[in-house]
Amino acid sequence: MPRYRANVLVCAGAGCLSCGCRPVKEALLAEIDRQGLAGEIRVIETGCVGRCDLGPVVLVYPEGVFYGRVRPEDAVEIVREHLLKGRPVERLLPEKETGRIRELSELDFFRGQVRIALRNVGLIDPTSIEEYIGRDGYAALAKVVTEMTPERVIEEVKRSGLRGRGGAGFPTGLKWELTAKAKGEPKYVICNADEGDPGAFMDRSILEGDPHSVLEAMAIAGYAIGAHQGYVYVRAEYPLAVERLDHAIDQARAYGLLGREGLFGTDFFFDVEIRVGAGAFVCGEETALIASIEGHRGEPRPKPPFPAAAGLWGKPTVINNVETYANIPPIILRGADWFAGIGTEKSKGTKVFAMAGKVKNTGLIEVPMGTTLRTIVFKLGGGVPEGKEFKAAQVGGPSGGCLTAAHLDLPMDYESLRDAGAMMGSGGLIIMDTSTCMVDVARFFLEFTQDESCGRCTPCRIGTKKMLEILDKIVAGEGTMEDLAVLEKLAGMVKSASLCGLGQSAPNPVLSTLRYFRDEYEAHIKEKRCPAGVCRALLRYEIDPEKCTGCGLCRRVCPTGAITGRPKEAHAIDPALCAKCGVCYAKCKFGAIRKQ
Amino acid sequence: MGCACARDHATDERYERLEAALKEWAGRPGALIPALHRAQQIFGYLPEDVMIRIAEALDVRLAEVYGVATFYSFFSLKPRGKYTIGLCLGTACYVNGAAEVLAALEEALAIRPGETTKDGLFSLSVTRCLGACGLAPVMTVGEEVYGRLTPAKIPGILARYREKEA
Ligand SMILES: Cc1cc2nc3c(=O)[nH]c(=O)nc-3n(C[C@H](O)[C@H](O)[C@H](O)COP(=O)(O)O)c2cc1C
Ligand code: SF4
Ligand code: FES
Ligand code: FES
Repeated sequence: MPRYRANVLVCAGAGCLSCGCRPVKEALLAEIDRQGLAGEIRVIETGCVGRCDLGPVVLVYPEGVFYGRVRPEDAVEIVREHLLKGRPVERLLPEKETGRIRELSELDFFRGQVRIALRNVGLIDPTSIEEYIGRDGYAALAKVVTEMTPERVIEEVKRSGLRGRGGAGFPTGLKWELTAKAKGEPKYVICNADEGDPGAFMDRSILEGDPHSVLEAMAIAGYAIGAHQGYVYVRAEYPLAVERLDHAIDQARAYGLLGREGLFGTDFFFDVEIRVGAGAFVCGEETALIASIEGHRGEPRPKPPFPAAAGLWGKPTVINNVETYANIPPIILRGADWFAGIGTEKSKGTKVFAMAGKVKNTGLIEVPMGTTLRTIVFKLGGGVPEGKEFKAAQVGGPSGGCLTAAHLDLPMDYESLRDAGAMMGSGGLIIMDTSTCMVDVARFFLEFTQDESCGRCTPCRIGTKKMLEILDKIVAGEGTMEDLAVLEKLAGMVKSASLCGLGQSAPNPVLSTLRYFRDEYEAHIKEKRCPAGVCRALLRYEIDPEKCTGCGLCRRVCPTGAITGRPKEAHAIDPALCAKCGVCYAKCKFGAIRKQ
Repeated sequence: MGCACARDHATDERYERLEAALKEWAGRPGALIPALHRAQQIFGYLPEDVMIRIAEALDVRLAEVYGVATFYSFFSLKPRGKYTIGLCLGTACYVNGAAEVLAALEEALAIRPGETTKDGLFSLSVTRCLGACGLAPVMTVGEEVYGRLTPAKIPGILARYREKEA
């Protein structure tokens, strides 16, 4: 981009959009215009930079200065001070113990990262194919089509050790080989962008921030297996991803990189279409997804046959996750050995985690496989906010399980996670502190899977319902120890007898919380107490007479008149009248109300 | 909006747009779901006569159209409010207090998820992760996204839309 003296990157990921990055961009453009800098300075929107908690995020290049929580009012100062006079606006730089930091690379959050799948996200204008090409984009496709045989491509992907990032961790090269060898024409390539884990958003960020990387990789897969048509199945909740992808496909066609014409002077051609989901979690499962592209209800079917043998319209089909694809072009360009040199023995390369919940720095991180939970949560994540204590991390969403403080030194790779009763899943990582009730969390996930069960098979449909009923009883303080035994039995049954991965993994959150936090279940049952103070039916509000100043605020706000007391004397709550709404707790200025 | 003459196809340009969309998709494999998406974009929901027309144009059984439309939670067979509020109940939002925000929405709108306010302004729905977990809890109102929600912020946000209409 030689024409411009500076580039101002405004993050337009979902997080920044939700806290108002568009008005910031407008204000920047307006001020740049006013100062007559329009020809020298360019403002572009990028995908998620990764530090969503500091949104709206603005980066200024060439220096790489990082501004957080930028308001439209700040635009004037950024333009006049920084862009005109070269003095970064100190007060908008993120803080660190050692003072304010200027550059992205100085943030601990970015320092521990190795960005392969996210290599371009947040750095390039996702609506510009030129910028993608400028960063070696489509060079891997050119290399594959003009210099490599399909067998060599598959061999390279196999040797890299890349495994699927969408859940099961199946070796990608092997999947391609099976599909290449399968009988049947035509073959298809599918990208699974359904991103069902409620709490994971790496696929969204890649599609919105670097859509061409996925298209390029799909074309490479097409060349390797002998397919000419690809489909990207995107969930309906991601309209911006659909828009960016659509635009990227048009651009790639205009450049002759997709479409019905031969690529790079050869006769291999490849085209891609988008299919938009319609709000069914089970459609992330590959056979259900295929049914959905075919226009049917998204119900899974038994495997085998696997899609590699009989997929879309009964033809051999490769289906991979977004993040899996995003790793492909670098593997081709830099070689399998380079990729296999990162990560652990059986889990190669990096993994993107979407870190959220009770952690200071929320956002997307990409780290080598095998990085410990401690590094992720405490070094990159900055630990738990408000001085609270780390309690657990849920990995793998509703199909996964929880890790505890005892697992902080566990290397995060496929095998270690599985052995700990969790799973990698798509890399959703929800951090929980002492104010999170594990029984309530297990109930939350089960409610999710129960709601999303397609109903095709009985163990999943009825079993999850029965399990949910028991959990409802326990959080209401009406559970018995027998219930707990039945819960475990049902869990085993649903796991073993369900048809698809949804049912087979639905009991995991219950089983893993039972394994590590059984005492919390027992506290709910035996003592009718929620140790984290979450389950409403079991809450008790009390006033600490030592701290109460008798200001009377709580007495006035209590909707049921449960609080009595004379001015300037300690007040008290009548538990029989208390509706447990928590208003008094929220209002007390002296921290005199205890919740238990 | 929503007047009884909606069925007068000749004068309702929405039906022309539907026909154009059906022409684009007819004969293509797996056309049903994209066609339903387009229809819902045009009408805001899937009226019965529209589903009948889709079945006809794409040559699929009406039972199949109905079965698909009811399977996917994104499709609505009932008219919806002018603004659909989608509160995220994904994990990150849940852990950060989305349940209390939902209670505040239910109270402010006097409806439950899946319902529409009497004035036809808002429909309330709960959704799964919107991909903005870093700012949890999150909701969308129409095309706009709101993050870092608390129950206290809800009345102010709703008021903005009510004022726009007044
Ligand atoms: C209930 C269920 C939901 C799933 N959801 C997703 C999803 O949202 N995204 C995804 O990539 N894979 C999902 N999967 C895994 C896919 O079935 C499939 O294994 C994956 O797309 C293969 O790609 P990969 O090898 O690149 O991971 C899901 C599986 C199950 C059982
Ligand atoms: S396990 Fe559940 S989601 Fe999967 S096919 Fe059976 S009912 Fe449907
Ligand atoms: S959306 Fe802007 S940093 Fe994530
Ligand atoms: S969980 Fe609500 S936006 Fe992700």
